[in-house]
Amino acid sequence: MTDSPSLAVEGVSVAYSNGLLALQNATFHLDSGTICALVGVNGSGKSTLFKSIMGFVKPKTGTVRINQLPVREVLKQHLVAYVPQAEEVDWQFPVSVWDVAMMGRYGAMNFLRIPRAADKRIVEESLRRVSMWEFRDRQIGELSGGQKKRVFLARALAQGGKIILLDEPFTGVDVKTEEAIITLLHELRAAGCIILVSTHNLGSVPEFCDQVVLINRTVLAYGPTSEVFTEQNLAATFGGVLRQFQFEHSTIQDHDGREVRILTDDERPLIFGKDGHLEYKNRGGREELLKQRSEEHE
Amino acid sequence: MSDILQSLLTPFHYDYMVRAIWVSALIGGVCGFLSSFVTLKGWSLMGDALSHAVVPGVAIAYILGMPFALGAFVAGLLAAATMAFIKAKSRIREDATIGIVFTTYFAFGLLLISLFPSRVDLKTIILGNILGISDPDIWQVVAISGITLLILGLKWKDLMLFCFDPNQARTLGLPAAALHVTLLALLAATAVAALQAVGACLVVAMLVTPGATAYLVTDRFGKMLGLSSGMGVATSLVGAYASYFFNGATGGCIVTLQTLLFLAAFIFAPKHGILAAKRRVKLSQSS
Repeated sequence: MTDSPSLAVEGVSVAYSNGLLALQNATFHLDSGTICALVGVNGSGKSTLFKSIMGFVKPKTGTVRINQLPVREVLKQHLVAYVPQAEEVDWQFPVSVWDVAMMGRYGAMNFLRIPRAADKRIVEESLRRVSMWEFRDRQIGELSGGQKKRVFLARALAQGGKIILLDEPFTGVDVKTEEAIITLLHELRAAGCIILVSTHNLGSVPEFCDQVVLINRTVLAYGPTSEVFTEQNLAATFGGVLRQFQFEHSTIQDHDGREVRILTDDERPLIFGKDGHLEYKNRGGREELLKQRSEEHE
Repeated sequence: MSDILQSLLTPFHYDYMVRAIWVSALIGGVCGFLSSFVTLKGWSLMGDALSHAVVPGVAIAYILGMPFALGAFVAGLLAAATMAFIKAKSRIREDATIGIVFTTYFAFGLLLISLFPSRVDLKTIILGNILGISDPDIWQVVAISGITLLILGLKWKDLMLFCFDPNQARTLGLPAAALHVTLLALLAATAVAALQAVGACLVVAMLVTPGATAYLVTDRFGKMLGLSSGMGVATSLVGAYASYFFNGATGGCIVTLQTLLFLAAFIFAPKHGILAAKRRVKLSQSS
């Protein structure tokens, strides 16, 4: 098994049972060690794309290849792990946190699915990594939104997937958990995983994703966040459904310096500078970028 | 004192009673085991549908002198396939589809029975006749139960994952479609066996009530399986035994007992009972 996975979506078209196309000629490539955002409106084909990467739907045309092999051939290697949306899970199901994490090991277990010592150790490690070990005996419905999400992340960790698909990971999650998830994703990226995050939380994308795939029935653009995540591309992706607030004639004065505070009820706002470049919350770690921009300015 | 004991032991003096008791217990256990999956998968209505849809199969099997289980099983699977076909090819919702298909099959069965009244007894099919069960029928029930218990015993974890998160099952390379068909086939087979004990009308109780009761009592799937099968065995055992004193309404006795246990759990279950919920409300108000 390779530790540097690759994912290639090549001209994929998928049709619904009624013949309409859910996805048309979608193409993008991802290499080992990346966090990629999959951004698009509801019904833009995000979940269809996920399903084709997981091998649930057979593309009408095109192929999805993982490590240069067709998806169906690598299914048995359990390379793709999936963290579902909260709405997809039956939270009243009589299983504990431990049980759910253990489900990630089923593929590696024998016919009777009796966990070996190694499986138990991996599950414990995974639960500790997302700080859910103390909750291992809880029924999953008795957790907060953020904890629920972390349990399913632990399952993906226990599975040892190299390509991790997360569906709306920040919906219903508190800010603290959001930070914790992002830290974990950075660790996984450093370990060589490909992480594909479906989200409509635009503001968080530049903060933690290095690549972006913009999708609306087809892949409109893909590549490094700084190049692809532009006002122009987003306008094409969302077709004018985004709310915009221009601060051109705002009351912000020179003596306010650089500091502006923006409050939102839930999601992180996405902020563009005057000439349309992305603005980040923290200067730390972005010295290169700042230098480059001030040079451009001069 | 010994008189009472004597009369309590009378059922065991009759061969047919002893047979009825152990066959019922076996069927009750298998149904109970499966009921955990049925309730969690949301297939209760499906269980009801299949138990009625097997009737034409039973009728044809008796008319042709074949094993009833075979006819019933084929009819059950055909009904499930019909439902899946209509659901996939039309915009009708699932509950309406189930309603249409199973009544169609049931009506066809009734028609067959009325055409050949001498070969099949309507009352036997609708209400069950465990007290008069014939030896070949017993062997069919034993075979069905044995196979069902074997598959469930070996593969319950896979089936649990399939019920809980079919997508995860598929990403792990588990054959989700095969698990779906397996569970459906087991449901049809078990409905056939239960038909003997309690009749078509009450089969759904055997396939739902124990699982629903256990679900109220525990938050662990393993425990739920144990509780629901244990409850199936116990209620069927006692119900069949008690039916001796009630002149033979075996199905009625078994299902009434199951309902009593369900009510007890509904009210007194430690966490999910209504009394526990009331206690929690009080606690949160006082603090």
